[in-house]
Amino acid sequence: MALESLDIRRRSASQTRAPDVRKHTEVAKLIDISRCIGCKACQAACMEWNDLRDEVGLTNGTYNNPIELTDRSWTVMRFYEEELADKGLQWLIVKDGCLHCADPGCLKACPAPGAIVQYSNGIVDFQQDNCIGCGYCQTGCPFNIPRYGVTDGKAYKCTLCSDRVGVGLEPACIKTCPTQALSFGTKEDMIDIANARLVDLKERGFDKAAVYDPSGVGGTHVVYVMPHGDPALYRMPREASISPLVGLWRSGFARTLGVLTMVSVVVAGFFHWMKVGPVDPDALPPREGE
Amino acid sequence: MANETQRSVTSTPVGARPPERAPRHEFATTRPPDAVQRYSTGERLTHWAVALAYTVLFLSGLALFHPFFYWISFLFGTPTFMRILHPFIGVALGILFFAYAARLWRENLFSAADRLWLRRMFAYMNGREEARVEGKYNAGQKAMYWSMIIMVVGLLVTGIFIWRPYIAPAVPLLGRRIAAVIHVIFAFIMFVGIGIHIYAAVWTRGSMRAMTQGWVSRRWARYHHPGWYDRVARKETVR
Repeated sequence: MALESLDIRRRSASQTRAPDVRKHTEVAKLIDISRCIGCKACQAACMEWNDLRDEVGLTNGTYNNPIELTDRSWTVMRFYEEELADKGLQWLIVKDGCLHCADPGCLKACPAPGAIVQYSNGIVDFQQDNCIGCGYCQTGCPFNIPRYGVTDGKAYKCTLCSDRVGVGLEPACIKTCPTQALSFGTKEDMIDIANARLVDLKERGFDKAAVYDPSGVGGTHVVYVMPHGDPALYRMPREASISPLVGLWRSGFARTLGVLTMVSVVVAGFFHWMKVGPVDPDALPPREGE
Repeated sequence: MANETQRSVTSTPVGARPPERAPRHEFATTRPPDAVQRYSTGERLTHWAVALAYTVLFLSGLALFHPFFYWISFLFGTPTFMRILHPFIGVALGILFFAYAARLWRENLFSAADRLWLRRMFAYMNGREEARVEGKYNAGQKAMYWSMIIMVVGLLVTGIFIWRPYIAPAVPLLGRRIAAVIHVIFAFIMFVGIGIHIYAAVWTRGSMRAMTQGWVSRRWARYHHPGWYDRVARKETVR
């Protein structure tokens, strides 16, 4: 919400270009799962900086608290117990939240002009004053991130602290992480750190360790280091991309086809009338037997 | 016009009989005494309620489909209100449409004569004689009836699947994606159907009046629906 309109690179449901004059360096958050201890300090920092207080909910027998992302919980630590053939029982902790795709499915699906924007530094942000609460962003998101306010019906998710980043600060979750599992900087630097970490991990026997920066959505501005490699273990899609159904539904092709269909109906009717004219039995001369 | 006033007070033309009894209505209507009733008041009112609902749904759906038409959403007050309204009107259309369609299905069953009508449809559209129609509706109208049933069912079901905040949260994401795509495809097929429906009503003079005032002339009935005229309409008394 805090950056200026000059910083907007893409704007939902807009057919002309967004302001393009400013070019910021692309930023990224690096989540190194191998360093995370699941302390939830990032969740607390997110609540504090964004001044969000979720309902106190119930427990479902896991450490997940809250259980799910909500309109007021923009990041949630998810805990998974996995029995791995080579490594035995592993406790996997995934900080869930928006990945800030370079090609965001939410932005593609959104029907409200300017309700979702992408800044030139890569952050994808929801502008609740333009949001109409239709739910399309959730349908469009490959990671099932957006959540809706119970009372206002508007969509919310992690802003990557665009207000802090806009004034040169790091996001609140980064600031608070006690184990340096979270880092923030340019996308380039974060990829370098992640790759260096892979070397470490591989030396220590995590030979499947991998960086998660899914190319199906053009790369993301939240990048994971996954020590066991396979994204499915961390409940992330192996091949993340905008669903072809969403692509078709919100494509320029479909929109143009829809408009052409409407125009052809009108044009066909117009020219049929001009060629044939009306059928009017009452204007005919009487027939035999009338 | 002066002679119009004159005509109403001067004597009737030679050969025509003066009216034998007072007109049925105290106010003036243009219904000729020998007109035949085609659509009852109930049918007409339901038809137009569906038409109004469809107009609202089409305009609001279009605003959500293509950003070029987003300005339409401001006709509803705010885009958010339009988004909230759309599914409620959709359910209303579903109820009204099926209440209406339930009364018409028997007369829309295809019969053997419809095949010939469909074969000669394009010739008819190009100014040739219409093939003889046996039922109250011709084969084109019957095809429209059944396709609209499919479209309304499809739009209703898919629309309910993506209805936030009531239903959508319970539907898996894949289901919502499929529903959204089908919803759009059906909406445009329905637009084509409604476009043909409206044009056909304007093209065949007298049909629009049949749906606004309920009556058609005997000649209209004999020309477009001779079977229906012989079975039903012919027996109607001149009033």
